[in-house]
Amino acid sequence: MKLRRVKAIAVKESLQIVRDPRSLMIALLIPLMQMFMLGYGINLDIKHIPLCTYDREMSQQSLGLLKRFEASRYFTLRKTAQDYAELTRDIDDSSCTIAIVIPAGFSQGLNDAGTGTVQALIDGTDSNTANIAANYARAVISGFSGDLQLQAIQRRGGTVQTLTPVDVQARVWFNENLESRNYIIPGIVALVMAIVGAQLTSLTIAREWERGTMELLVSTPVKPLELMLGKLLPYFAIGMLDAAICLALAVFWFDVPFRGTLATLLFTTSLFLIVVLCIGYYVSVSIRSQVGASQVALLLTMLPTILLSGFAFPIDQMPVFVQGITYLVSGRYYVTILKSVFLKGAGAVELAVPILCLALYAVALVVLAARSFRKTLD
Amino acid sequence: MAGGAGAQIIVDGLVKRFGSFVAVDGVSFDVARGEIMGFLGPNGAGKSTLIRILCGLLRPSAGRALVAGIDVTEDPDAVRQRIGYMSQKFSLYNTLSVLENLRFFGGVYGVPRDRLEERIRFAIDMAGLAGRETSLVATLAGGWKQRLALGAAILHRPAILFLDEPTSGVDPESRRRFWDLIHTLGAEGVSVLVSTHYIDEAEYCNRVALITRGRLIALGTPFELRRRSLGAELLSIEREGIANAIELVEKAPGVHDVAVFGSALHALVDDAATRAPALVAYLAGHGIAGATARRIEPTMEDSFVHLVGAATRARGDPP
Repeated sequence: MKLRRVKAIAVKESLQIVRDPRSLMIALLIPLMQMFMLGYGINLDIKHIPLCTYDREMSQQSLGLLKRFEASRYFTLRKTAQDYAELTRDIDDSSCTIAIVIPAGFSQGLNDAGTGTVQALIDGTDSNTANIAANYARAVISGFSGDLQLQAIQRRGGTVQTLTPVDVQARVWFNENLESRNYIIPGIVALVMAIVGAQLTSLTIAREWERGTMELLVSTPVKPLELMLGKLLPYFAIGMLDAAICLALAVFWFDVPFRGTLATLLFTTSLFLIVVLCIGYYVSVSIRSQVGASQVALLLTMLPTILLSGFAFPIDQMPVFVQGITYLVSGRYYVTILKSVFLKGAGAVELAVPILCLALYAVALVVLAARSFRKTLD
Repeated sequence: MAGGAGAQIIVDGLVKRFGSFVAVDGVSFDVARGEIMGFLGPNGAGKSTLIRILCGLLRPSAGRALVAGIDVTEDPDAVRQRIGYMSQKFSLYNTLSVLENLRFFGGVYGVPRDRLEERIRFAIDMAGLAGRETSLVATLAGGWKQRLALGAAILHRPAILFLDEPTSGVDPESRRRFWDLIHTLGAEGVSVLVSTHYIDEAEYCNRVALITRGRLIALGTPFELRRRSLGAELLSIEREGIANAIELVEKAPGVHDVAVFGSALHALVDDAATRAPALVAYLAGHGIAGATARRIEPTMEDSFVHLVGAATRARGDPP
């Protein structure tokens, strides 16, 4: 291998990148856009559930209960309906997810029998949101009933035991406020890196075939490994720049706490970048058209990283068979590493296993990509 | 001139099949040091395939090819170090400048650093691109691009040059200039194998190989091909609308072959002196009066058309 040839190719490739606005845009704008789109778009915290109310009584007590719903940060009052038809329409057209109906005679029942019923109609299309909405509604209502009981006992002059017999003192570690954003964003960084990394290199060989420059290139004494290194070096630099942009956005824009060391972060990011660049390169060698290669590269990186890396969907909740497949997804290791580095401040020692896996993955792909290119037109 | 220990290219029984299609069919020849060998043949004759095999870009299905004494299937990279190649399609980088392209190929061919600037200077002067060093290649006209591609191909001073239809789509002025360059290189001892489908360009070569349907059907100096391959004399028959009488002339006594050349017919006859007046009389006897027939020197085109026709008939293929 001659460094001279590697350098010649790296310089040529860099000049081409600089003069091709399309590849520069892919390289720098797309990651920014994806970070913002995915960073804001994917949010698993359910707050401000659209609420619709129908108060058939309009008593002081019914209004008091509805006030509690309005005050809750989990609900946002969208509408006060005047009849059932209006309510149904609102759920049908999804302008509200949950509707609370207070029946006529609600307060009378409370006063006479000491018990009352409230109806909750929930749009179950999204079962997860429906479940959470129902639980939040129960919590609001049980708070309301607790206060009613308290008042009743106090009115009778009794004393109240203020201690709950058994209490849970839950203390959340690593993501203290249980902000889903804090664990989603590191995953999104991995996703963006995977997509952009493979896209960058997916065009590089296919473009030379399409433009006819490859015929001359393979007639020169350049070796496949020299060609690969020369082509990957400039994209590695761009990829690291992209990583820096994404990681900086995660920390400074999305306020994800960063507790690890920069060294661990950079080292593991380089490993992952090598993996995805090699995936793109391999695809580009195998599919000699730019459009085809770009699509296959997107498919190979985006789908597995979204579905099987554990960036949003917990791996331990998957069927055992699917869990097995996730070990083949390089994103899985990088997502694990990123989340731990960001939130737990884990270092290389704690992350030895995923780092080793990622390193092995990188070595395997470098070998695969280097061997894939044949200097022949056959 | 050909053969012997001095041969830079030795091709022996070379065959290339693509599936059931035989692109190169048992071709043998050799090229001496400093010789300019032309490959002449119609599109799809197998010229490009042959050149690609010799550059190590395609593996032959059978036969042997030695380039600079090295077997192309055994050590293609050693062959690549010693050759320069200009592919049919322009294949320098359009978004790079003249200088950047030359630096790139200098680096890839491993031209010694202390020699590189001098070699680049030489290539730029040779291609007549002085003053355009920083222009993007995309902005250059066809003839300039072609000369730049040649310059890039000789940066590393290869002993052998393969030029695949280097002048296609280039204006006549640029073509002339390009051929001057090829002759300069030949005089310096570079063996040049150049393919073309311009018959007139064959005249500029030291030797010409006629290739059609993957076969080498004739090989010799342009002079030999024009004269001996025909084995007969040539008459030009001229008269308004004479092209329509081609079938009639074919049947005339003593005529071996007839072809249309512009507005005239070229007939291959055993003896021009006696057949010329006989043909005029024969045509008049068939209602075509006033034709003239005179003996002419055969051109490369006559020879080519005749040889291709003869080879086609010999194989029983449809023309």
